[in-house]
Amino acid sequence: MPVPIEYYLILSAFMFLTGVAGVLTRRNAIVVFMSIELMLNSANLTLVTFSSYLGNPAGQIFVFFVMTVAAAEAAVGLAIIIALFRNKLTMNIDEINILKW
Amino acid sequence: MTQYIYLTVLLPFLGFLVNGIFGSRIKNEKIIGIIGSGTIGLSFLVAVGAFIQTLGLPVEERKTIVTLFNWIKVGGLNVNIAYQVDQLSLVMALIVTGVGFIIHVYSIGYMHGDKSFWRFFSYLNLFIFAMMNLILGDNFVLLFLGWEGVGLCSYLLIGFWYDRKFEKGTTGDAAKKAFIVNRIGDFGFLLGMFLIFMTFGSLNFGEVFARASSFNVPVSIFNFIALFLFIGATGKSAQIPLYIWLPDAMAGPTPVSALIHAATMVTAGVYMVARCSIIFASAPAIMILIAIVGALTAIFAASIGLVQNDIKKILAYSTVSQLGYMFLALGVGAFTAGIFHVMTHAFFKALLFLGAGSVIHSMHDEQDIQHYGGLKKYMPRTAMTFLVAALAISGIPPLSGFFSKDDILWYAFANGSFLLWLIGAVTALLTAFYMFRLYFLTFEGKERFGHDKHPHESPGLMTIPLMVLAVLSAIGGFIGIPALFSGEGGNRFENWLEPVFKSANFKVISYGTYSSFEEISLMLITVAGAALAIYFARYIYIKNPHFAVSASRKFKGIYNILLNKYFVDEFYDAAIVTPILRSSDNFLWRIFDIRIIDGLVNGTASLIETISGKIRKIQTGVTQIYAVVMMLGIVIAFFWIILSL
Amino acid sequence: MKTSEDTIKIMSIELILFIIFGLVAAVSAILMITRSNPVMSALFLIVNFGSLAGLYILLNAQFIAVAEVIVYAGAIMVLFLFVIMLLRPEHEKLAFKIPGIKTFSIVIAVIVFLQLAYIIFFAHPGTSLKPDVAASIKAGTVETIGRELFTNYVLPFEAAGYLLLAATIGAVVLAKKKFE
Repeated sequence: MPVPIEYYLILSAFMFLTGVAGVLTRRNAIVVFMSIELMLNSANLTLVTFSSYLGNPAGQIFVFFVMTVAAAEAAVGLAIIIALFRNKLTMNIDEINILKW
Repeated sequence: MTQYIYLTVLLPFLGFLVNGIFGSRIKNEKIIGIIGSGTIGLSFLVAVGAFIQTLGLPVEERKTIVTLFNWIKVGGLNVNIAYQVDQLSLVMALIVTGVGFIIHVYSIGYMHGDKSFWRFFSYLNLFIFAMMNLILGDNFVLLFLGWEGVGLCSYLLIGFWYDRKFEKGTTGDAAKKAFIVNRIGDFGFLLGMFLIFMTFGSLNFGEVFARASSFNVPVSIFNFIALFLFIGATGKSAQIPLYIWLPDAMAGPTPVSALIHAATMVTAGVYMVARCSIIFASAPAIMILIAIVGALTAIFAASIGLVQNDIKKILAYSTVSQLGYMFLALGVGAFTAGIFHVMTHAFFKALLFLGAGSVIHSMHDEQDIQHYGGLKKYMPRTAMTFLVAALAISGIPPLSGFFSKDDILWYAFANGSFLLWLIGAVTALLTAFYMFRLYFLTFEGKERFGHDKHPHESPGLMTIPLMVLAVLSAIGGFIGIPALFSGEGGNRFENWLEPVFKSANFKVISYGTYSSFEEISLMLITVAGAALAIYFARYIYIKNPHFAVSASRKFKGIYNILLNKYFVDEFYDAAIVTPILRSSDNFLWRIFDIRIIDGLVNGTASLIETISGKIRKIQTGVTQIYAVVMMLGIVIAFFWIILSL
Repeated sequence: MKTSEDTIKIMSIELILFIIFGLVAAVSAILMITRSNPVMSALFLIVNFGSLAGLYILLNAQFIAVAEVIVYAGAIMVLFLFVIMLLRPEHEKLAFKIPGIKTFSIVIAVIVFLQLAYIIFFAHPGTSLKPDVAASIKAGTVETIGRELFTNYVLPFEAAGYLLLAATIGAVVLAKKKFE
């Protein structure tokens, strides 16, 4: 019996919200980034699921581009973290509060 | 000329503007004086022209309304700037512009050398402007405009010498007192106006009076309207209980006292009651009240005037007393008699004040009559005219005062009651007495002034007006010879004004006819009494001066009360003024203004400050907090979606 | 009478594989966010990516599965590990400055998950979406994806190239030491 589509979607939602919880609770900037990657992957899963069940390759093309963007974003983000670390010597997000009132 | 009646209003206003704006630059007093007096003189000519023209019209057509433009048109309220030329307004216009012109000319001489000469004349012209609006307006709003305007000019002119001391305060205090007491009366007047509008739906004289006769309005409404209007009149015309400002108004220059507080402004109340005669006639209870108040005021003020020592104060109380006579006349339904007395009183009271001004001027601002005496030989013309005026006011025939006062007393007896006549008659005796006390102490007898005073006759600019007024005071009464003496024509003055009061006279209760025997005998009684009073005054103050001093010592209590004006001012001060001031200071200022109102304003500001102080803590600068808030938003959005699925 | 072979037919091999890969993915995700050692977090994320690749294979998306392993697990995570080892972050003290934020966030996450689950089951796409195996196989091949990329989606393809160029330059500039 083929896997019902809802299972994939629930799994994807679960992964997404796990990533959200990670973004909101962790203090280390790198771990927050990794949680963001997790969220992106869950979106990829949803896209591929629908692409497969509909037989339309457009979903997978979109995933291709999401991966590209995620890679670029990871590179730049990590570069920013390195620059930030050099200035403040901390990777805890809640100590980077220059935008404070 | 009737069509140009608005010129009588416009010309003084122009005079006010010209003298007010350019006056300080015109260094020549004569030009300012000419401008100031010339406008009033021209107004007088216009009024005379309108009078002659109206004389030529048949009796029913004697009322003309000259509309300039529509002023207010809101809802049911339709008010025009329109002037009404009828018998009553013509009489008043002639008095105001005529006597006003004479006083303007006098002021050129009196105010000579004053540093604000131009300001005086501009204020005087403004006053005439307001007064003309008052008496010529054809609706209550224009009348009220003039009413307030004369009150304002009274304030400006009483406090004209603003840097001078006056009794226990400054002239400014006297001016303020006049204005504020007037205001209390004006409040009553306004209430009356509101009631009139509510009841009759209009403020136009023609419409209101027509409806007053035809509408079916309960007497209580008329009573209230009349009462409120009368309260306004007590303020403006210095009756009990709002007369207290008039003696203090003597702080102003003497021409001001002559013009405003003798001849014109104080008669505004009388004019108003006469104009609204139909309303008052429909409220018999208030008419009785008016008569009683008038009579009481007359005798009350006369009694105070008996013992005063300031020449202007005596004349001020005399004015209050004579105004009481006018209201007595109005109260018993003798509207024409009241207006007749307005006219004669304007003549002799203005003359008295101007004469007093002449004396004060030559005695270098000394006003205490105890320091006068024997001035007749230095100022013969002033003394002569003053004597004429004193005789007139005492009601000695055939001077004008005799006819008008006698008219009033007769109607007080015939339409009112014996008691009213008696009070009026006693007041007449008192009037004669204090007037001649004043005359004898000032112009005759021993000289009681120091050697630093050099009395001299005043210049022609001042004495010629005195003589003109003396002639008017002497012969002005013949126009109102009672029917008794004048034969088939009847009382000419009364006939002239009769149509104005026609509808009112229907409603006035009169107590039946009396024979001419009674009329003549009453006349004789009062004349004899006045003559006796004059003789008595002569005895006391010329032959036997010690009598006055010992009498004042023997009746010290009464003397004190009279000298201190029955302590009315002190009573008002303690009962009304001080509590208001104190409550205003302690409660209204300290608590209400500072705590509540300021507290509200400042409190709102500090409330916002507090709230924003709490709200700004959301911006922590930590990105994750922002992310949490975003997720919160997503939660809410999803709930919305779920609920709408 | 049902035999054991019949019983196994209800649960196909696909479902079993899905359950295995899915469990691994879910558990590794949870573990990733709870480790205090960032290296452990990175490693668990790699495990997550691997299981995701398996799920992609189940869905007949061959190209994407391989790309996942090569790009994500192979390149991005290696980058992450390099940065972690470069910067040597200390073990994180799991305390937050504003108390209760952690529980609050977790509560919110759970609530949103429940909402999503509800929406998904409410919409029950399964009734209208039956898996079309042949089409999905065809859609997942490299040829299909390549053809789409170079014909219909060539513009985004080129743009992605530019994006990568910009990201490369940006990363180099940002991470450089001060200019001499």
